[in-house]
Amino acid sequence: MGWKIIKTIGSGLGLTVYTATASAAWEVNLTPGVTDVSRSVFDLHMTIFWICVAIALVVFGVMFWSIFHHRKSRGAKAHHFHENTMVEVIWTIIPIIILVAMAVPATATLVQMYDTSEAELDVQITGYQWKWRYDYLDHELNFFSNLSTPRDQISNEADKQEHYLLEVDRHLVLPVETKIRFLLTSNDVIHSWWVPALAVKKDAIPGFINEAWTVINEPGIYRGQCAELCGKDHGFMPVVIEAVSKDDFNQWLADARVAEQAEAAAAERVWTLDELMQQGEQVYLRACAACHLPNGAGVPGAFPALKGSAVALGDVAAHIDIVLNGKSGTAMQAFRDQLSATELAAVITYERNAWGNSLGEAVSPAQIARLLTPSTGEAEQ
Amino acid sequence: MSTLDTTLHADAHEHHGPAKGMGRWLFTTNHKDIGSMYLWFSLLMFFVGGCMALMIRAELFQPGLQLIEPGFFNQMTTMHGLIMVFGAVMPAFVGLANWMVPMMIGAPDMALPRMNNWSFWILPFAFAMLISTLFMEGGAPNFGWTFYAPLSTTYAPPSVTYFIFAIHMMGISSIMGAINIIATILNMRAPGMTMMKLPLFCWTWLITAFLLIAVMPVLAGVVTMMLMDIHFGTSFFDAGGGGDPVLFQHVFWFFGHPEVYIMILPAFGIISQIIPTFARKRLFGYASMVYATASIAVLSFLVWAHHMFTVGIPLAGELFFMYATMLIAVPTGVKVFNWVATMFRGSMTFETPMLFALAFVVLFTIGGFSGLMLAIAPVDFQYHDTYFVVAHFHYVLVPGAIFSIMAGVYYWLPKWTGHMLDERMGKLHFWLSFIGVNITFFPMHFIGLAGMPRRIPDYALQFADFNMVASIGAFLFGLSQLIFLWNVIACVRGGRKAEARAWEGAEGLEWEIPSPAPYHTFATPPQLPESLR
Repeated sequence: MGWKIIKTIGSGLGLTVYTATASAAWEVNLTPGVTDVSRSVFDLHMTIFWICVAIALVVFGVMFWSIFHHRKSRGAKAHHFHENTMVEVIWTIIPIIILVAMAVPATATLVQMYDTSEAELDVQITGYQWKWRYDYLDHELNFFSNLSTPRDQISNEADKQEHYLLEVDRHLVLPVETKIRFLLTSNDVIHSWWVPALAVKKDAIPGFINEAWTVINEPGIYRGQCAELCGKDHGFMPVVIEAVSKDDFNQWLADARVAEQAEAAAAERVWTLDELMQQGEQVYLRACAACHLPNGAGVPGAFPALKGSAVALGDVAAHIDIVLNGKSGTAMQAFRDQLSATELAAVITYERNAWGNSLGEAVSPAQIARLLTPSTGEAEQ
Repeated sequence: MSTLDTTLHADAHEHHGPAKGMGRWLFTTNHKDIGSMYLWFSLLMFFVGGCMALMIRAELFQPGLQLIEPGFFNQMTTMHGLIMVFGAVMPAFVGLANWMVPMMIGAPDMALPRMNNWSFWILPFAFAMLISTLFMEGGAPNFGWTFYAPLSTTYAPPSVTYFIFAIHMMGISSIMGAINIIATILNMRAPGMTMMKLPLFCWTWLITAFLLIAVMPVLAGVVTMMLMDIHFGTSFFDAGGGGDPVLFQHVFWFFGHPEVYIMILPAFGIISQIIPTFARKRLFGYASMVYATASIAVLSFLVWAHHMFTVGIPLAGELFFMYATMLIAVPTGVKVFNWVATMFRGSMTFETPMLFALAFVVLFTIGGFSGLMLAIAPVDFQYHDTYFVVAHFHYVLVPGAIFSIMAGVYYWLPKWTGHMLDERMGKLHFWLSFIGVNITFFPMHFIGLAGMPRRIPDYALQFADFNMVASIGAFLFGLSQLIFLWNVIACVRGGRKAEARAWEGAEGLEWEIPSPAPYHTFATPPQLPESLR
C-alpha cells in the first residue's frame, strides 16, 4: 500500500516507467496501447502535458513569488504600473507559437487516424441497449457480445473477480498485424465503442455508419467500455478484444462456423418443458432481466412487467411476435437476430411459465426455426 | 465627498422603504431585493444539486451497486447537471449583476424593473416543474444534462415533456435577464462613465448577456424539435424518418459551448474586481481584458464541435474545430497573465474574498490546461466521455465559476448587509472547500486517463481506490458549504459594522455609498470618484 502510494506519486511526477499491469488500482496515466496510432496518441498526450506543466511552473511561479514577496504584511508598497503594450504583445505571441508547435504533430496523427483505406478485414460493430454485435462482413459470421459478470457480484453478494464488469460471453477475436476496418452503427440509441489500448473511440449512431481502423501489434486481451450514455445499463456493456495470430484467427473462424451449425441442428430435436425452462431462465437473465427485472416485475412507467402480463399469458403468436420483432418506438428490441431458435423458444416458454405465470405449454425450437427461416440470410443464426 | 452627500440627501428626501410582508418579495421591482432573491434561490439549488452529487459519489464510493439503481443514478447525474448549470451558477451570476451593476454604474435601478421581477419569478416555477419529474411514473429525465437524441426522444421517460417546458421557462427568464442587463449598462451609466471606464464585472456581464440572447433561442429551438419528434410525428433526430441524431448535437452544442462561457465570463469579471482591491493596485491591462473577453465570446461560436470529435465529422471539420479551440487559449492566457501582473509588485492582503480569487486563478488555470489537452482531437479520442472530462469541467465550474461566486458574495456582503464577515469562519470555509474540491476532482483526472467512462453507476476494480478518495473529498466539500450558509446568515444578522469602503483598496461607485446600501441608491446621477475620472 505504502509502496503503491510512493509509486503513484512517482509516476505522477513522470519518474517511473509505465508498466501495464502493476499497481493497476492507482493507475494515473493513459495506456500507451498496442498500436502505432495509440503510441503516437500517448506521445502527443505526454508532450502536451509537459508543455502545460512548464507553463504552469512559470505562471504560478510568478504568482506565488508575488504572493510571498509583495504582501502588505512584509511592508510591500503597491507600484502604479497598469499596462505595458510590449509585455502584452509578447504574452499573446508566445502562446500562439506554442499552440502552432502543438498543432503540427496533432494534425499528423489525426490525418493518420482518418486513413481507413486498404483494410484487410472489415468488422461491423452494432451497438444495442446494452450489448455489442460483431459482424465479420467477409466471413458470414456474426454474434452478440454480452456482459458476463454474474449479477450476484454486481449486487455485492459474491466476491468481485479480476475483470469485474470488463468481461463478456464472446470476445471479439481479431488477427494481429492486419489492418482492420471497423464500421460502426447502432440499433437504438447512440453508443460509443472504445478500446483504450487501440486508441479507438467512435460513436455508433443509429442510421449512420462511422469508420475507424486499427493494426494491433501484440497478441493479447484488450478491454474497453461503451463511452456514450446509452440508457440504464450504459455501465454494463464492455468491449473485450482477443488479438491472436493470423493462423489462430483462421482456425477460430472455422471453429465458430462449426459451432453455429451444431446450434442450428439442436433446434430440430424435441425439447422437454423442463429443458426449455432451464435454458430459458439463463437466456432471460442474460437478455431480458436488465429491463424486465429477474423477477419479471418490470419498472413501472419504463419497462412493462411480464409477470401476469397480458402478453405473457395471452396469445402465443403475439408473444412470439413481440420477442422476435420488438415493438417500434419503445426500448423493446427485436431478438430474432440476437438469439438462436432454441434460445428464443426457451425464453418465451420461460416467460409463460415462470413467476406464477403457469400456462404449462412449451414453445418448440423447431416452431421458432420455421418462423425465422423466411427472413433472409441470418435465419440460421 | 460630494457624491455621497448628493446620494444621501436625495435618499432622505424621497425615502420610502420596502413594502411589508410577502408582498415585498412577490411584487418588488427593486434590483437589490431581486438580486437577493436570485442569490438565495441559487443557494437553495446549489444545495439541492449538491445532495444529488453526494448521492452519486456515495454510490461510486465502492464498486458494485449499493445504494441506488442504475436508472435512478442516471436521473441523479442528469438532474445534478441541469440544476447546477441552470439553477445554481446562472441565477447566482444574475443575482450578483442585479445587485452590483446599477451600483457600479451609478444607476438608480435596472432599466426594466418589472421585467426584472418577472424574470426571477419564472425560475421557481421552472425548477418546481423540473424537480417534480422525480416523483413521476417512469422517473425524472435520465439522459444526461446534454440530453442527446434519440435517448432523450424515442427512448425517454414520459417526464421529458415537463423537462422541455422547464427548459423553455428557464430560457425565457435568462433572455429577459440578459435584455435587462444590456439595457441598463448601455443606457444608465453615470455621466462621464464611458464604456472604457466601465468596471470589468459590467463589461463581462454585458458580453455574457449578448451570448445569452444569441444562444438561449437555440436551446429553445432544440428542445422544441425534441417536442415535435416526441409528440407530433416529426423526425428531426430520427434517421428512420430522414432525420439525423447528430443534428441534435450540433444544435445543442451551438448553444452549449457559448453556455460554457456564459458560466465563466462573469466569473472573470468578479475576479478582476477583487484582485486589484486586495493587491491595492489597478488592474493590469484593462483594455486587453475587455478585448480578451470579447474575443473569447466570438470564438465561443466557432468551437462547438470539439464536444463531438468522436461522432465522425470529416477530417477538415475536425481540424478546423481543433485549431479554433486551441486559439481560445490565447485570450484566456492573456487574462491569467493580467491577473498575475496585477498581483506583481502590489501590496497584497489575503482576506476571504482574495483567497477564493487566488484559488480561482490557480484552479481555473488547471482546468484550462486540461481543456487545452482536450482540444487536441487525436488525443481527445482517449479522453472523450471519460472522467478526465468530468475533472476538466468541474475544475472550471466548481473552483472556477462557483469559487468566483463565493468570492463575489464574500466581497460584497459588507455592502449588502452592513456587516463585516467573521474572517476566521470565512477562512475556515475557504480552506475546507479548497482541500475538498481538490481531493474530489483531482483524482478524476487519473481515473479518466486510466479508462473510466463518465456517467456509469458501477466500475471495474482498477478504478476503485481513486473513486473512494474522490467520494471522501466530495463529502468534505459538500459539508463545508454549510459553513458558507452559516457565514452568510451570520453576516446578515450582525457583525462588525462595515464602512462605506469596506475593503481598504476597493475602488468604484459601489464603495462610495454607505454600507448597507440604502434601499434606493443614486436617485440622482453621481459624480465619478477620483479613481474613475
